[in-house]
Amino acid sequence: MTTGASTLSAPGAVPVVRRARDKTFALKLPSIGLLLVWSIVPLVMTLWYSLQRYNLLSPGERGFVGFDNYTFLLTDPGLATAIWNTLLLVGSVLVVTIAAGTLLAVLFDQEFFGRGVARVLLIAPFFVMPTVSALIWKNLLMHPVNGLFAFLLKSVGLQTIDWFADLPLTAIAIIVAWQWLPFATLILLTAIQALDPERKEAARMDGAGPISMFVFIILPHLGRAISVVIMIELLFLLSIFAEIFVTTSGGPGNASTNLPFLIYRYALLDFDVGGASAGGVLAIVLANIVAIFLMRFLSRTIEA
Amino acid sequence: MNRALTRKWIWTVLAWGVALLVFFPIFWMVLTSFKTEIEAVSTPPRLFFQPTLENYVAVQQRANYFSYAWNSLYLSFGSTIVALVIAVPATYAMAFFPTRRTKDTLLWMLSTKFMPPVGVLVPIYIIFRDLHLLDVREGLLIVYALINLPIVVWMLFSFFKEVPREILEAGRMDGAVARDELFHLLLPLALPGIASTSLLAIILSWNEAFWSLNLTASQAGPLTFFIASFSSPEGLFWAKLSAASTMAIAPILVFGWMSQRQLVRGLTFGAVK
Amino acid sequence: MHTLKWLLAAFASVVASAAFAQTQLNIATVNNSDMIIMQRLSKEFEAAHPDIKLNWVVLEENVLRERVTTDIATKGGSFDVLTIGTYEAPIWGKKDWLVPFDDLPASYDVDGLIKPIRDGLSANGKLYALPFYGESSFTFYRKDLFDQVGAQPPKTYAELDQVLPKLKAAAKGVYPLCLRGKPGWGENMAYFDTLVNTMGGRWFDEKWEPQLTTPAWKKALTWYVDNMKKYGPPGASSNGHNENRALFATGKCALWIDATSAAGYISNPKDSQVADKVAYAVAPTGTVPNGAQWLWSWALGIPASTKHVQEAKAFVEWATSKDYIQLVAKSDGWTVVPPGTRTWTYEQPEYLQAAPFAKLTLQAIQQADPIHSSALPIPYTGVQFVGIPEFQAIGTYVGQQVAAALVGKESVAKALELSQAFTKRTMQRAGYYKK
Repeated sequence: MTTGASTLSAPGAVPVVRRARDKTFALKLPSIGLLLVWSIVPLVMTLWYSLQRYNLLSPGERGFVGFDNYTFLLTDPGLATAIWNTLLLVGSVLVVTIAAGTLLAVLFDQEFFGRGVARVLLIAPFFVMPTVSALIWKNLLMHPVNGLFAFLLKSVGLQTIDWFADLPLTAIAIIVAWQWLPFATLILLTAIQALDPERKEAARMDGAGPISMFVFIILPHLGRAISVVIMIELLFLLSIFAEIFVTTSGGPGNASTNLPFLIYRYALLDFDVGGASAGGVLAIVLANIVAIFLMRFLSRTIEA
Repeated sequence: MNRALTRKWIWTVLAWGVALLVFFPIFWMVLTSFKTEIEAVSTPPRLFFQPTLENYVAVQQRANYFSYAWNSLYLSFGSTIVALVIAVPATYAMAFFPTRRTKDTLLWMLSTKFMPPVGVLVPIYIIFRDLHLLDVREGLLIVYALINLPIVVWMLFSFFKEVPREILEAGRMDGAVARDELFHLLLPLALPGIASTSLLAIILSWNEAFWSLNLTASQAGPLTFFIASFSSPEGLFWAKLSAASTMAIAPILVFGWMSQRQLVRGLTFGAVK
Repeated sequence: MHTLKWLLAAFASVVASAAFAQTQLNIATVNNSDMIIMQRLSKEFEAAHPDIKLNWVVLEENVLRERVTTDIATKGGSFDVLTIGTYEAPIWGKKDWLVPFDDLPASYDVDGLIKPIRDGLSANGKLYALPFYGESSFTFYRKDLFDQVGAQPPKTYAELDQVLPKLKAAAKGVYPLCLRGKPGWGENMAYFDTLVNTMGGRWFDEKWEPQLTTPAWKKALTWYVDNMKKYGPPGASSNGHNENRALFATGKCALWIDATSAAGYISNPKDSQVADKVAYAVAPTGTVPNGAQWLWSWALGIPASTKHVQEAKAFVEWATSKDYIQLVAKSDGWTVVPPGTRTWTYEQPEYLQAAPFAKLTLQAIQQADPIHSSALPIPYTGVQFVGIPEFQAIGTYVGQQVAAALVGKESVAKALELSQAFTKRTMQRAGYYKK
């Protein structure tokens, strides 16, 4: 990890630095070592299985099949849609939660009555299990016959929306955004409150109106917080599954199938471990590409 | 003076409006838990009705809430503690003694989470079967600690980076080279960051619904398993599911509320010089 | 002296507890109402067998199936008793993943099990799971609305076509036709398969070539899409069995073709607002009578990897016995006894009196014929599914296409084309065309 050799050989080398370097290695070792085991072992097994024919329901037929699984996966007519839907979901939820999260963080930073309680209410959706959220939204709110939204729309004379039939991806994006908004708000709020009030005062005295305050003082300060939010949400948004499983089962047609759901079909409907493993590898490749793009974008625009 | 008060009222109305709107689905769920099954699905949806506790009774009769709740507590808090113990030293090293490889290491750690669990279910299942860890709490605890580790590391990293270097260097000047002194100096400053990271890890473990369903059977299942047994059977179930869900989120909501105050109280460190 | 007494007492208690060492059985089951009743009444079993402790793992059907299949295929050994259906039992039985029930006592009266159900759970002549409940499908309809328009319950789809517009004109706020629309091989496809069968279609020909673009399929899908659009409720594509049940029970449907097992609840005033207005009829047929009524049973099986075969068998036999049915009748009433397993149940006068749908249910089950679910020759068994392992994936995909056609996202022709291509691809990969 470090070029320890050169530091050691030089006589009278700075002892503090060397000791510190050794120390950090020992500190880092458990964490990195464990993660290594946890990620390498399944990754290697997945790669191994992706090159094999292995269907749980026909355990007798095993054998090395080279890239057959990948060919099968890449010729799946639904693959392109699944990847596109994944990107759409990730993008839309990121944009909504960060935009709304920033505004809400600024709002909740202000002094007002009952702020503590209001904050708890705002954060509550993050505590609810994704399956339960999806069921609540699907049956109690969005259902075109029995749901609350239908009732409200009808009472003002508008037509009800059949969310999961006509706008399935939008509906799922709404549900997921609702769940992650509290997280974004909380992180951004924490960051805003760490902003030195002296700087804010100085800016105000210089005659900065609320909008310039926002754009020139608050927003840059939030840079790191926003990157944290993006990276962490990215992880979870790339693997949205429960909400789709419970509401639309990927339908109608392919409209709300994303990559994890496609892999699920391979893994737990087909019980095709070989195919699912190939899908897993593809998902990692895709995710890494997205992450690298985002990192470049972030380091160019946001991070100081 | 009056202007400030009007401003305060405007913020109050706006903020409370948003908060209530966001909270509404949960409120509706809790309300539904007190309705009968037929009332829960009838139109028009009713705001006022005769409340009943029959759903809570039925839920508790069918499945022992407390054993699942205990598993959830054990797994969430246990895995978070384990993750912190492993992550804090590593993150401290990466934040304050960065090497060329630090950013890559961080990215690699995060990328271990890019694999959809579904794709790796069978290999893990087989490993756990061979290690006799199926349906064992500790097995699930290890899994949770490991899947949350990258996030814990990432968040701690960004919070540690916020700590002003001057304070640490002042400490170092004072002869606090030993790891422990720096810890005693660093940790109190980073406490709010550690607190929010822990909160996040606890919630993620609490709501984790893939491994908790697939690696457990009758002993180690947490509340996510409990809820899975109430969703979508044949028949009307929304009132009971609402009751079960209310019971499942109550502890974490209370905990979240209590830890929120800690966060707010501790967030003045930026101003203290 | 005092110490000795203490030691003796301690020793005695250790011996006593060792004698009561309990066998723990992990039972994986679905969370429907019959199973929930069984879970509650199983305390009687534990009382009669103090050396057996039952641990319940209750999950939703799809999740249960995945969990249980993963475990049994990897020989994980997590469960001792499984709840499986007429889909899995023959497939797993053939692979010797299940313990056959070949040593049942005479008192169990295995010949009293309704024949199609018993056959549906067997493979190679051996019974691999004991049925807990059985069902077929029939028509639920609102007698009051049908009287209002002066119509009889339709015996054929042609008659159904006649009565639907009349129902639409007559009843405001009531949807004339409610059918499953949620994608899933056990959801919308369960109904849709029966429609295809009775319109003269089949899934595969004798060479396992998929037949999804044949005229029968086109006819079935066109009928389904057109009529659900005109006469069905909004949001039909997310309505599965549950949602339709809720709709019917709250008075929003005039006619519903679905599982006989829902009848107990629709007739119960506590669970349904139309308990006094509902009546039942045989499911309508199309051009041929084959395959219009499906066959399903939830049954209890024992994985071969279990270490407690005898205790597991004791439980499974108890839970599917006549004594158990009588136990349910005593504690919860005859209306909710598990239906569709034994002819004996349908000979009990109390049951026939409590359940007005009983005779019709028995008739539907006995008429369901999984071997001849199509009028054309077929290489598979199953009415509302195809008894091959690949069907779960195929059925779910086709279900999604059917839902897409229903909401108008795809034309009928396109939906069938995509389904045909997917099925062919899956069958090819599974090696059905190697010859």
